[in-house]
Amino acid sequence: MAEAALRPVVPFLKIPASGDPYLEGQKCGACGAIFLDERDTCSKCGKSGAIEKKKLSNRGELYVYSIVHRSFPGIEVPYVSAIVDLEGGGTVKGNLINIQPDPAKIKMGMPVEVIYKVAPRKDRDGNEYLTYYFQPRS
Amino acid sequence: MSDVFIVGIDMTKFQKAGTGPAVDVLGAQAARMALDDCGLKIQDMQALYCGNLGQANAMVGQRVLQQIGQTGIPVVNCANACATGATAFREAWMAIKAGVYDLVLAVGVEKMGSGLLGGGGGGGGIPKEGLLGSGTMPAVFAEAGMEHARKYGTTFEQFAKVSVKNHHHSTMNPKSMYRIETPLEMVMNAEMIAYPNTKLMCSVNVDGSAAAVLASEKKARELGLMKRAVRVKASVMTSDPWQERDLVMPDVNTCTRLAAKKAYEMAGVGANDVDLVELHDCFATAEILHYENLGLCGDGEAGKLIDQGETAHGGRVPVNMSGGLLSKGHPLGATGIANVYEVATHLRGEAGERQVAGARIGLTHVIGLGSACAIHILEKSA
Repeated sequence: MAEAALRPVVPFLKIPASGDPYLEGQKCGACGAIFLDERDTCSKCGKSGAIEKKKLSNRGELYVYSIVHRSFPGIEVPYVSAIVDLEGGGTVKGNLINIQPDPAKIKMGMPVEVIYKVAPRKDRDGNEYLTYYFQPRS
Repeated sequence: MSDVFIVGIDMTKFQKAGTGPAVDVLGAQAARMALDDCGLKIQDMQALYCGNLGQANAMVGQRVLQQIGQTGIPVVNCANACATGATAFREAWMAIKAGVYDLVLAVGVEKMGSGLLGGGGGGGGIPKEGLLGSGTMPAVFAEAGMEHARKYGTTFEQFAKVSVKNHHHSTMNPKSMYRIETPLEMVMNAEMIAYPNTKLMCSVNVDGSAAAVLASEKKARELGLMKRAVRVKASVMTSDPWQERDLVMPDVNTCTRLAAKKAYEMAGVGANDVDLVELHDCFATAEILHYENLGLCGDGEAGKLIDQGETAHGGRVPVNMSGGLLSKGHPLGATGIANVYEVATHLRGEAGERQVAGARIGLTHVIGLGSACAIHILEKSA
């Protein structure tokens, strides 16, 4: 029995047939703005038909964060909700892991990296998903 | 073009979410109160603009008229996230400004659920909340506050002081949901929801409504209503210009700065001329950002402004004398008109013990997520 393929948690997480997963942005060839969703027209400059795919870096720095203590039933807290600026462009939101959820330990501007793991949740059909996290980078 | 005046305005006492009457009955309460405030009848109104979010597809404005008089006037129902009420008010203003009508009613009403807003996710696959960060409002506005902390070193304590102040103000407002003092240690030690926002630093879900009767100058004079009338000196709305972190971080700053600049220009006044402000303190972190966005102080000075008490009752520019969304409560569709009620009440000199002495010019501000901003500048007419 063939093993079911992992699905990406979001469409901008790409799982190539061979090689490592990565995040893919959509870059406007006219003004350089970067988006995470597929689109035809740039919402910064309005140019159509100039959007190019851009592989985003797995390295970045923590821009800002919040430590979430109250969430919906079934969601484990506390966790760190983080906004990360990637090297070379693109800003992505995700959970920052492998760090204590303590404001004294989390430094805005600290270097982080994107890592990929099987998500701890399945969909109602039992499918598994590949997700991304951020972790401190030395 | 005629100047536009608020001749009647009122709001219900905000009450715990889920305890209010049906949305049409609740909206009708404020509508009647606003009409009574200026001694006019629904038969005098030429149009109704109604703001409501929770039942945006269910003709709330027409149902309000079913409660107070179905006179056949045009009704426009508005939805614009937390800027919904201000949008309805502004549409009413615009209709008079355009010369189409002389007397228009604006109503904002909301019945709220309890608990967290936002973070619902959407899209297929598995839920993203708590896996790819948080989309809940406390976390989103916590992150917006942390941007200020990153730039200027703003502290948890400074954010918390906003909540201390607004709760204090609400003790003087009989229409506020909560009217309790919350000392700094109580705010900081309350349940942490999303650092740095504790439970007492999050707005309160309430049921409430607010309504205003707007009139052209000619009609206000003709009806002898100028004595308590409040002039709308500026009405401005913006959406969010593109920003590089937009996709993951709603930007409440840029649209507010853009609206503030336009509003001051339209009113012909500067931030220094403003005697009081009701701004969108959906979370304590947000109020700090808006001090600078509205030009109440320079960039990086908001922490000092709250530390020195300049935005408290008796300070240089009192902010959220009503208790704000943090204590008075935040019924999404009503908030934008309730803010106008608060400022108008001070300009009329009718705010009782919380009156800002000598108030002549006031400003109201709301934000709908990060993508709608409405600012009104109001002036005492007499």
